[in-house]
Amino acid sequence: MAEATTSVVEKSAERAAPKKSLQLNEKLIGILMISPSVIAIAVFVYGFIAWTGWVSLSRWRGIVADLSYAGFENYINVFKSYRFQTDIRNTIVFTLFFLLGSLVIGLLLAMLVDSRVKGESFFRTVYLFPMALSFVVTGTAWQWLFSPGTPQEPHGLNQLFHMFGLHVYQNWSTTSYVWPGGGWRPDWLRIPVGIPVAMIPVIVAAIWQMSGFTMAMYLAGLRGIPEDLKEAARVDGASEWQIFRKITLPLLQPITLSAVIVLGHISLKIFDLIITQTGGGPGFATDVPGIYMYETTFKSNKYAEGAAVAIIMLLLVSVLIIPYLIYNMRSETER
Amino acid sequence: MRSKISILSIFLIFASILFIACGGQGGTPTASTGGTSQSPSPSPAASAQPTQSANQGSSAGENKLEIFSWWTNPGEADGLKALFEIFKKRRPGVEVINATVAGGAGTNAKAVLVTRMRGGDPPDSFQVHAGQELIGTWVVAGKMEPITDLFKQEGWDKVMPKTLLDQITYKGEIYSVPVNIHRSNMLWYNIEIFKKNNLQPPKTIDDFFKVAEKLKAKGITPLSVGGKDKFEVPHLFESVLLATFGPEDYPKLFKDPSMWENDPRLDKAIDTLNKMLDYANEDRASLSWADAAQRVIDGEAAMTIMGDWAEGYFINKGAKPNKDFGWAPAPGTSGSFLWLSDSFGLPKGAPHRENAIEWLKVCGSKEGQDAFNPKKGSIPARTDADKSKYDVYLRWSIDEFKRDKLVPSIVHGAAANEAYMTDYDNALNLFSANRDKEELKGMLLDAASELQSQ
Repeated sequence: MAEATTSVVEKSAERAAPKKSLQLNEKLIGILMISPSVIAIAVFVYGFIAWTGWVSLSRWRGIVADLSYAGFENYINVFKSYRFQTDIRNTIVFTLFFLLGSLVIGLLLAMLVDSRVKGESFFRTVYLFPMALSFVVTGTAWQWLFSPGTPQEPHGLNQLFHMFGLHVYQNWSTTSYVWPGGGWRPDWLRIPVGIPVAMIPVIVAAIWQMSGFTMAMYLAGLRGIPEDLKEAARVDGASEWQIFRKITLPLLQPITLSAVIVLGHISLKIFDLIITQTGGGPGFATDVPGIYMYETTFKSNKYAEGAAVAIIMLLLVSVLIIPYLIYNMRSETER
Repeated sequence: MRSKISILSIFLIFASILFIACGGQGGTPTASTGGTSQSPSPSPAASAQPTQSANQGSSAGENKLEIFSWWTNPGEADGLKALFEIFKKRRPGVEVINATVAGGAGTNAKAVLVTRMRGGDPPDSFQVHAGQELIGTWVVAGKMEPITDLFKQEGWDKVMPKTLLDQITYKGEIYSVPVNIHRSNMLWYNIEIFKKNNLQPPKTIDDFFKVAEKLKAKGITPLSVGGKDKFEVPHLFESVLLATFGPEDYPKLFKDPSMWENDPRLDKAIDTLNKMLDYANEDRASLSWADAAQRVIDGEAAMTIMGDWAEGYFINKGAKPNKDFGWAPAPGTSGSFLWLSDSFGLPKGAPHRENAIEWLKVCGSKEGQDAFNPKKGSIPARTDADKSKYDVYLRWSIDEFKRDKLVPSIVHGAAANEAYMTDYDNALNLFSANRDKEELKGMLLDAASELQSQ
């Protein structure tokens, strides 16, 4: 069928103008049109990624560039450092809870908004608003909210609890306690394994900001599920919960996947939210590779080590993105 | 015909991109790492390279002076303005550009400065902490001109303390003019609380723990410490190090890295810090140094150990010296002055070198320092200050500066370079959170590998 269409085009093209030179011309123009972007991306994105990779294999520390080859020395130093191991643990904790929270809350909100209540568009807008803020604003505001004050003079959320007579006093952002306590760690790690309690305020702020995004995606998805499927299921005697589990959720799978990819890659690179909210937290309890890279490169002037951290972050993100791209391309060719 | 128009439009797009890219160059100075200004400099300051780069910064020909700093807060901004006024009197007709980058402690400014210096677009002069921060970052990279001759010519080597000059000399040359001196090892206390409890400001570390015990029993936080600015606990520890090692051996810590591994006094210092933190507030991580100081004048805490910029903060809040707040050298450090200094140097390739040198002369002059320091809340690096211009605390500090033993601050760029400072700060911030003494010792030892030989 594809061949038939092409030959029709060809025949009409033949009638319009000489065949070969027009096609060549069009191809040439097409290439020329996109070449500025291609060149810019090739140089400023891929060229500089390659340059960063090269710097990460060098010995550059200090203002004067020292590009002598140092093998994987920087990578070894980074992996051995207390700070980087904490960063990896924190990133895993943050990604897990952020993804889970955003997806669950997004889905809940989407289902609520989808039930065609009055003022649906108002609620939709309200839930979506936090996404319009920059992470810097979110981080600063939530820092104030979670700032504990003292038990005698509470601040932020604690003040709210105090006003309502609730005897709750959280001091998560000031403690480096890792749950469960005891500081257990395997021998080959330098850091206690677990959930740093100081991450909770950061996770809450991030979920607050991005659950509107997942809500919007799920809303579109829910609206895309044909009603007759559900009607047929009801006729067959399925309960609402069964309909949800067997029809709605599976059909939302591609959306969940997209949301996971987008949110996942945000959380692997996160920097501005954390640095404004906790600055890396009490004793690295909320530190992440983005902050480590920034401080190593721009405060300590250790460019080679910073480049190594950047390449590691790139690899982490590609572990997430590349399977998704492959899956996407395969399903497109299948169609 | 259509394809011809398309090709033409593509060429136009290409041409306009090239035009924009190249046209922008006129505004941004390109690499001229060795170029100096046109006229031969009357100052005997050495190593003037005679090459003149044709495409130097667009401001090169005009009569300007660009000073790069992070003095944006009131007080310091006023002091800087006062210096500009003096400069303008000496060189009327020069446009003074106040290139500041906001962001406390200059982290943003320093990042911008690195970009400019590496790109060959140095300002005429920039604010930098005198000592290893300047030397370890800029001098070893070959970006600064030595100004030892200027020191001799202006007679600064006679009015500034010799220990201070020794500690900012590298391989026999001096590279910056100290404008002010702040003191790091200071204890500030609430006079009301001390009077009510019949206490005297502690002189030794043992005194400190006796006083702290009494205060803790009364339910008053003995020591108020911050943590949000990531330098408060490192700042506290350098006073503890000074108290433990003494003014003779403390500077050796930065010349002999093996001391961090072998010296038993290090363990003693870490134990002292650990014990001190037992008497400090638990919510350190959410307080800045100013919040911690505020608790002292509010009467919620009794003492805080912070540099003497805290005095400026107290005065700003309306507290009265010797009535609401008192001061003393940090326990165990009486007789030693942990100095830090803001200074200005001469970068190689300064676009207006003559003006820059005149600026340095203003910075080092009695007139300049006495105009700047009362506003900033610091004391001059010169010992011939006009004391009538300074408040009661600064007058005391000027006297101390003349007779105490001078030792360089770690946390504020005098004793060690930036890479060491970051590692040291990280080690102590981690310790403030997890109180792991072994981890602290290990990290301090790792940090010591960043110390460069001088």
